Amino acid sequence: MKKDEIPQDPGALGKIAKELSYVVDENGNYTTGFSTGWEIKMKALDVAWENVEKRIAEAKQKVLNGEASPLLYYMELKLMDVEIVAGYTGFWKWQVKKHLKPEVFKKLPDRKLEKYAKLFEISKEQLSQVS
Amino acid sequence: MQLDFNHIQAAHCENGVTTSLLRHTGVQQITEPLAFGIGSGLFFIYIPFLKVNNGPAISFRTMPGMIFKRTCNSLDIPVFRKKFSSPEKAQQELNERLKAGQPAACQVGVYYLTYFPKEYRFHFNAHNLIVVGREGDNYIISDPIMETLVTMSSYELERVRFAKGPLAPRGQLYYPKENRQVTDEQIKKAIVTGIKRNVRDMLRIPGNIAGIKGIRYTAKKIKGWKNKLGTEKSRSYLAQLVRMQEEIGTGGGGFRFIYGAFLQQAHTYHPVDELIDISKQFTHTGDLWRDAAIQASGIYKGRLTEQSDYDMMGDYLLKIADLEKKAFEDLSEVVKKMK
Repeated sequence: MKKDEIPQDPGALGKIAKELSYVVDENGNYTTGFSTGWEIKMKALDVAWENVEKRIAEAKQKVLNGEASPLLYYMELKLMDVEIVAGYTGFWKWQVKKHLKPEVFKKLPDRKLEKYAKLFEISKEQLSQVS
Repeated sequence: MQLDFNHIQAAHCENGVTTSLLRHTGVQQITEPLAFGIGSGLFFIYIPFLKVNNGPAISFRTMPGMIFKRTCNSLDIPVFRKKFSSPEKAQQELNERLKAGQPAACQVGVYYLTYFPKEYRFHFNAHNLIVVGREGDNYIISDPIMETLVTMSSYELERVRFAKGPLAPRGQLYYPKENRQVTDEQIKKAIVTGIKRNVRDMLRIPGNIAGIKGIRYTAKKIKGWKNKLGTEKSRSYLAQLVRMQEEIGTGGGGFRFIYGAFLQQAHTYHPVDELIDISKQFTHTGDLWRDAAIQASGIYKGRLTEQSDYDMMGDYLLKIADLEKKAFEDLSEVVKKMK
């Protein structure tokens, strides 16, 4: 890539810092230049976020249908999976998987619910709702 | 207290951390391209049995931590690296290091990284930054992707140092143990070691998912995605490929350009003219990776929908594989002339 070809499209990162890139000058020597963003990259990031939104909506529907506990919704909302939730809460992965079942989740004692509430930065009461 | 530390912005976080820390310890010659080349940073791998953010796990660089480790080893600089189970101890050890007037690098997760834009905050745990000072409850951070120094509270720093999930950093702290200068002779030798190792990793790594063979493997996979995964999922997979390729911390096209810059800088230490030509070859493959990203974007934007569009995307990668194979084969010959 040549220095004058560095894309200067609006980008998410461009809001906080220009991105350093290695490029060649008119004599073919490597130098550095800055980019505010690249539309191609921005769109790829948009697709990733569309997927996140979709997963959150699906999780919400599952909870409303009684197919999953609210844990699934908050897990997706925080872009987490079972491994990450287990890592932060200290539960085993198999425990988190069990807690995804509505009937198990309903019977969870307060001290376990508190761990989830703390991770998701909400109150224990909010944890049982998905709106 | 803020240390006398020169913040350096870099194209890639681990290169940047390595470069800044080594400059600080007295290695005046080091640059980002030299650190990347000596650390044999250029790579490709597609791990088929692993998912990242529900998409394919593809990396355009060597394993996290390797660039720093290899570059220091090659320059005969002893390295300190430690993980912690206790956040208190992790903070204490960092504080002692800062009190001694020395900076330290941390591996961190970006999900809770306060100064990052929200759009970038996925659960990615292999970001690197340098802590260069402390003022009350705040730490002063030199993050290589930022233009200037930033600050984080002790709570915020602890949170990212103890991020959880794949590649959890576990408070990881690392830095060169001693302040040392290195000779140009040492740099020359390190360049040769770095090139040889990179040639080996790209051309001769066993299996078919890594190196040049990995690029071909990915090309074949992409051609099958439309049938196997359907349009929606294929779009997501291609978007993920481009993010892995072009974003901070991964940058596939960008890595080829850094490698091109490395070979030009290597030429000033080893005046073997073929290096300039091979540098151009990498500039060309870097450009092709970017062209491939544009083709992929046509698909994930929904403009390109035919099987032939996927085939063309795969063909881009096959062409890149051929060209990078030739570049590394040439390099494999040329390195023999570099003494």
